Amino acid sequence: MSVLRIGAGAGFSGDRIAPAVELAERGELDFLVFECLAERTIALAQLARLKNPAAGFDPLLERRMRAVLPVTARNGTRIVTNMGAANPRAAARLVRRIATELGLHGLRIAAVGGDDVLAAIGPCRLDETGAAASALGDRLVSANAYIGVAPIVAALDAGADVVICGRASDPALFLAPLVHHFRWRMDDWTRLGRGTLVGHLLECSAQVTGGYFADPGRKHVPDLARIGFPLAEVDGDGNATITKVAGSGGRVSRASCIEQLLYEIHDPARYLQPDVAADFSRVRIEETGPDRVAVSGADGRAATGMLKISVGYRDGWKGEGQISYAGANCLARAELAASLVGERLADCGAEILETRREVIGHDSIPRPAAAGPSAARPAAAPHEVRMRFAARCRTEAAAETVGEEVEGLYLCGPAGGGGVTRSVTEIIAIASTLMPAGDVETGFEMVEADDAAA
Amino acid sequence: MRLHDIAHGRTGDKGDISNISVIAYDPADWELLVRAVTVERVAGHFGAGFASSITRHLLPQLQAMNFVLEGALTGGVTRSLALDAHGKCLASVLLEMEI
Repeated sequence: MSVLRIGAGAGFSGDRIAPAVELAERGELDFLVFECLAERTIALAQLARLKNPAAGFDPLLERRMRAVLPVTARNGTRIVTNMGAANPRAAARLVRRIATELGLHGLRIAAVGGDDVLAAIGPCRLDETGAAASALGDRLVSANAYIGVAPIVAALDAGADVVICGRASDPALFLAPLVHHFRWRMDDWTRLGRGTLVGHLLECSAQVTGGYFADPGRKHVPDLARIGFPLAEVDGDGNATITKVAGSGGRVSRASCIEQLLYEIHDPARYLQPDVAADFSRVRIEETGPDRVAVSGADGRAATGMLKISVGYRDGWKGEGQISYAGANCLARAELAASLVGERLADCGAEILETRREVIGHDSIPRPAAAGPSAARPAAAPHEVRMRFAARCRTEAAAETVGEEVEGLYLCGPAGGGGVTRSVTEIIAIASTLMPAGDVETGFEMVEADDAAA
Repeated sequence: MRLHDIAHGRTGDKGDISNISVIAYDPADWELLVRAVTVERVAGHFGAGFASSITRHLLPQLQAMNFVLEGALTGGVTRSLALDAHGKCLASVLLEMEI
């Protein structure tokens, strides 16, 4: 039975590019998938598109494509990515132009659309607030459905060499080439569940090859500096081996695969996807050779018929400031600094909606509360700490005052503070809702060379 | 001993829900994990009010368990004011548990 080789070229928008090139060059890949959209990325991209109608796609799209296209075109490797973000058509036109510049005139590039459901989102009730999305008024920025494989498969069936989506379910980017290649039926829940597992294991790139895994003295990862990105060899039944190219750094092990299996999963028996309710509860994971791990036993049941929708909305401004204290009595001085900023900001009154004060090195991360030897371990006086004050504000001006008051600690705060940093960012929050899959019409279009001039 | 001596794990986040895996290095330690790392122990470890609910899912064939902590991320990564808004550090905090 033939085997399809799918590689992961990115697991988030800022992911490293060199391992993707290495994988493209040496992975003998049929498909290379770049997954670059986090929960909020598309809302931020939508803001960029509102400012510039030609923008709104992944800022690293051009660098990534210039790096890998000559290799993938030479090797006959096809690309699937969600780097289109809020503007897949503009992204596809850019890739078209890059391909032409590189002399790759025969490449067929498709843009997938239909995930943008902003026009229809108004009546949908948001899980977080219970209110209709329309209640957000002009704070509403974006609404995107996590779409399934159908339009990606259709684009591949039509011969696309590069398929550029906006929001799709992350595993669907990997499942689509499998459905396309093996002609899996869309009610073959077991195979769709297995393909979803492959996608889930690959979608965070190096997180399955030893990235985000090393723990010195406990979990060793060889040559982490040169970590390789993963690829899966998948057979027609959806069983797979997770591996990486020989000579790359990192390690694919049973342990690395189990960590990634459970990453961002709730009930393993019910991993809801647009095309299938995948069941990972009986997955088997077995090392079959160096850096080779066989995964099997995933299953699936009928999809729910509802698509998850991510709704992005403006939620005020975040102002933040930090300052360091060190040496004798530093913790007490940091805590005094935090309370001073709190008092001084009280004058801003209603403009400040929520505040948070942390002492980095002491309590910025939750610490064990339970009684017992670990909690009772005497806390050594820290050598240095960093006070961080953050606030969510109604206005940008109020958010600016947070950093100003932290900076003001230089002359009007406790002794010996140093190294102030401050920032102000607009908060784009995400809420969720569901929409019947039948209400979300998806499709694709081939972007022809003529469009490049447009 | 500390949980870190016999298990590893990773944190994930979706909205205001954190999930933390706990995985035995040695299959022989699985029964101990199931007995010792219960929902009650995890709730006590993070303290009162840390999460609105905690659920444990077991995958015995992988000697792995998955804790789902709802309401644990002060509103979720997109609006939390916390430095580690994803709660990425929580798995390592859990591995400090004495068992």
